[in-house]
Amino acid sequence: MNNKSKNAFLNYGLVIVFFVVFQALLSTGNISSLLKGLLVPMTAYMILAISLNLVVGISGELSLGHAGFMSIGAFTAAFVEGVILNNIKMEGPLSKNLGVQILIFVISVIVAAVFAAIAGFLIGIPVLRLNGDYLAIVTLAFGEIIKNIFNCIYISIDETGVHISDKNPSLDASFAGKMILEGPQGSVIKKVSIFAAGIILLLLVLIIVQNLVNSKAGRAIMAMRDNRIAAESSGLPIKKYKLMAFTISAAIAGAGGALFALNSTGITPKQFDFNASILILVFVVLGGIGNMTGSMIAAALLYILPEMLRELDVQKYRMLIYAVLLIAVMLITNNEKIRALAGRVFKKKDKVSVKPEAGKEA
Amino acid sequence: MKKRVLGMLLAGVMAVSAFTACGNTESGSTAAANPDAGETEEAAAETEEVTETEEGEEAEAPETSEGGALTGTLNVGCIGPMTGGAAIYGNAVQNGAKIAVDEINALGSDFQMTLNVQDDEHDAQKSVNCYNTLKDSDTQVIVGTVTTAPCIAVGEEAYNDRMFMLTPSASSTDVTADKDNVFQLCFADPNQGSASAQYIYDNQLATKVAVIYNNADAYSSGIYQTFKAKADELGLDIVSETTFTDDTANDFSVQVGQAKDAGADLIFLPIYYTPASLILGQAYDMGYTPKFFGVDGMDGILTLEGFDTSKAEGVILLTPFSADAEDAATQSFVGKYNDQFGETPSQFAADGYDCPYAIYKALKFYADKNGGLDVTGMSYDEICEILISVFTDPDFSVDGITGQGMVWDANGEVNKAPKAVVITNGVYVGM
Amino acid sequence: MLTNLFNGIGLGSVYAIIALGYTMVYGIAKMLNFAHGDVIMVGGYASYCTMMYLGWPPAAALLFSMAICTVLGVLVERLAYKPLRNASNLAVLITAIGVSYFLQNAALLIWSSNPKVFPNIFNMPFFQGVTASAASVSADAAAADTASSGVFSVKQRGTLITIVVNLIIMAGLTLFTSKTKMGKAMRAVSEDRGAATLMGINVNRTISMTFAIGSGLAAIAGVLLCATYPNLVPTTGSMPGIKAFVAAVFGGIGSIPGAMIGGILLGVIEITARALVPTVPSDIFVFAVLIIVLLVKPSGLFGKTVREKV
Repeated sequence: MNNKSKNAFLNYGLVIVFFVVFQALLSTGNISSLLKGLLVPMTAYMILAISLNLVVGISGELSLGHAGFMSIGAFTAAFVEGVILNNIKMEGPLSKNLGVQILIFVISVIVAAVFAAIAGFLIGIPVLRLNGDYLAIVTLAFGEIIKNIFNCIYISIDETGVHISDKNPSLDASFAGKMILEGPQGSVIKKVSIFAAGIILLLLVLIIVQNLVNSKAGRAIMAMRDNRIAAESSGLPIKKYKLMAFTISAAIAGAGGALFALNSTGITPKQFDFNASILILVFVVLGGIGNMTGSMIAAALLYILPEMLRELDVQKYRMLIYAVLLIAVMLITNNEKIRALAGRVFKKKDKVSVKPEAGKEA
Repeated sequence: MKKRVLGMLLAGVMAVSAFTACGNTESGSTAAANPDAGETEEAAAETEEVTETEEGEEAEAPETSEGGALTGTLNVGCIGPMTGGAAIYGNAVQNGAKIAVDEINALGSDFQMTLNVQDDEHDAQKSVNCYNTLKDSDTQVIVGTVTTAPCIAVGEEAYNDRMFMLTPSASSTDVTADKDNVFQLCFADPNQGSASAQYIYDNQLATKVAVIYNNADAYSSGIYQTFKAKADELGLDIVSETTFTDDTANDFSVQVGQAKDAGADLIFLPIYYTPASLILGQAYDMGYTPKFFGVDGMDGILTLEGFDTSKAEGVILLTPFSADAEDAATQSFVGKYNDQFGETPSQFAADGYDCPYAIYKALKFYADKNGGLDVTGMSYDEICEILISVFTDPDFSVDGITGQGMVWDANGEVNKAPKAVVITNGVYVGM
Repeated sequence: MLTNLFNGIGLGSVYAIIALGYTMVYGIAKMLNFAHGDVIMVGGYASYCTMMYLGWPPAAALLFSMAICTVLGVLVERLAYKPLRNASNLAVLITAIGVSYFLQNAALLIWSSNPKVFPNIFNMPFFQGVTASAASVSADAAAADTASSGVFSVKQRGTLITIVVNLIIMAGLTLFTSKTKMGKAMRAVSEDRGAATLMGINVNRTISMTFAIGSGLAAIAGVLLCATYPNLVPTTGSMPGIKAFVAAVFGGIGSIPGAMIGGILLGVIEITARALVPTVPSDIFVFAVLIIVLLVKPSGLFGKTVREKV
């Protein structure tokens, strides 16, 4: 077993341990409502961090619009759920029908991934023609465009099928259908995600990403990141590989968005704004660029941190503390002396993990 | 005053040392956020407040209970945006609620309330996190959430858990739809939208109406849609409909210009007062002076720090609350709010103030009927059932500063009369 | 249509003035300073407090807020960015975002979330006579304009003042970077940091100076932004900041005239889109145009195409 696959199995193990611990806490009831409510969103953000790490860490492209793909997944899930619930007869409420829940979850996640992948492919074609900060600003632009599009479309469903409009149809007195997406008011969702489903999705995502990274395409993409000109000269179809990575990343983000949406009771376009994209980026950078294990841990810890600060007496300074911690962590992890020290301590590991300097091109 | 100004300036200079600097400029809300620390401060506040409350609207309150005493400590949780773009609404509600809780605790009865405030940053997911935090800290009733989209998400959770919610200001009908445990203290959007159209029509305020609304905001587009539906029904001529989003809420030259070109003699503004103040200013600069008609979100425009109120001259708005009202209850509230927070309260603050009172009165109503009630240690679902039964009881009504004789229907929507006021010489005058 | 054009220029001139600061810092320090918008907000509050609470004339308030922002900018640079000089761009970006969150939340604690309505300084010369116009830099511009623009509305006067200030800053920056020693050092650092060090240029001092100037400009931008759109809240700077960043990229980031023209074009596009399709959020068109421009000319309208050396 070489180092790479050892690292990959370490990640699977980590996820499984994470699951077992929290599942044990859940089933014994030794968990606060807050933490219980955070489990699925946390898993969703772990998935999103991995997916963004594929772009930022492996491809070396700075993306500032990842929440856009997440929202495509989220609203697709809301849509699929609406269609399924409209066409299925069930006894009692949804929460009593595990079969229907699984059906909704599986179909939603798949359709969400497909839709987000299509968007990722279409956006990737122009975006990947650019480099560096220009690429970053274009991804930001696409993120904002997606948010604003969701802000002005209305989707409803009735016996005759699905209707998409830029006007709210529910205002007509004759309207008899059901609203799925109501512009800025977003979608109301019936909760279906459960923690175990999220973990399975997370494992699947890890398998896909780690295999991609260790494949021929993955090596080519990383070569491109480290030295674009040299890699291009080697004659590999690197642009194609990059587009593939970007599309897969978008698909995963869509799946993560679906998981996130199906665990909530309602989503609005506003939730997926520039700040949401930045949040995911912060997970990736703090976790270590290119380091999937780091992304997962950073996403889990940083997602919980501001929430945990709620319980202390520092409520009012919560976001201020978060900001200070963010700056402090960046300064400490990038301090050359501390780095050198860490380098000596973790000498063996350094060979495996991708050097954080890799992001420099971005 | 000078000293405080200087303090603020210094604080600005030393933005880095904000931790220490802001301790002086803003106190009180931490106490509210932390029930334990709050006790001592509230106790201190009691002495000076007792005298005030008795001459206020609570004439019947400091009773020595014959029917049955309401006793114990009720843990009230409050959720709203305290940071971020919508922070102004959350903070107003929090301040208002804090004053009400202090007053109730100072009544001298055996009933006490604690207030635990959580910041949701106007985000639905974070709001659910807040809700779960409150649940962990033995909250029995929720006052909140302040904004609409988070309220829908939290309402769903609370419905499943059976936790009672009274939202001060989330006005969409989706907030209360299909949930028997969620009640509103403010008007629901459709009521405001259609009431506005009806009012404009009945009083023949305009022949040509323009609308400017925020199409990235559930509150604003909700009111617009019902306004439009009602206006079409009545045959009001809407000549211009323009929109903006939170990201583009700076420049309204196009929207105002189109209204002007279309010859609108009234602009309906179903929006909050912050962008509205910009619209008024920009229309004024353009030399365009139609009538302006606002809804409850417009309240607060006169107290905007630095705003030239002459620009709001003649603005008509439907509002449940007016800080200039002459009645003793409003006067006492406005005075306290000014003392504690250095501002004139907005309608959000007033809604926040009325919520704890509504809950308090509902519990007392129940205690009187059923020979006493001790809320200490009661589970939230027990309290929920009690409150639902009282709020839907036709005999139960609340006189608050945002409305006299407020009653609720089984849907959770409040029934109170909207008051139309017109701004004349910088104050509200009833119409 | 002509009104829309003028309104667009009005909005664009505000973007332009913010973009000038952005492009300056980016061109030399090569970092996306996401906290720039929040420095603008601090500048707005500083001048607001001095004017409203202490009754200072606008010019004094402007100078005071420039001083505050310059100090703040240098402080932020020293404490947060300088230690990361050799770190990855991403680390610096995240730190800048941290600084942005910090400033916003500190402002929230200090000044609360209630909006403050900024006084209309464009009106000052007319309301307060000669004293104000002689005292204030921006009022000077206003007085100069009155001769030709007596018929203009308050808003149009504001636009003219903003454009004049834009032009002055643009000329000043161009002169500064081409004529002075420090300016030349800045260009050298921008061109090749390593070579500049070898030539004996103090890179750290040069970058600090860049932040000082950029933040001073942010204070001017803050005052003009707030005077045009007078609602001052802790998040005042963030969206205009992002838009101005887009404008700077649009015009070719690092290019001084590019920032100004990019800003004005962005404003015109935004206003025109809003006028033509009122129910669709205008940002869709703003960002779509940006994408198209970058695809056609990847370095922006006025950006230099940098040839890569192997």
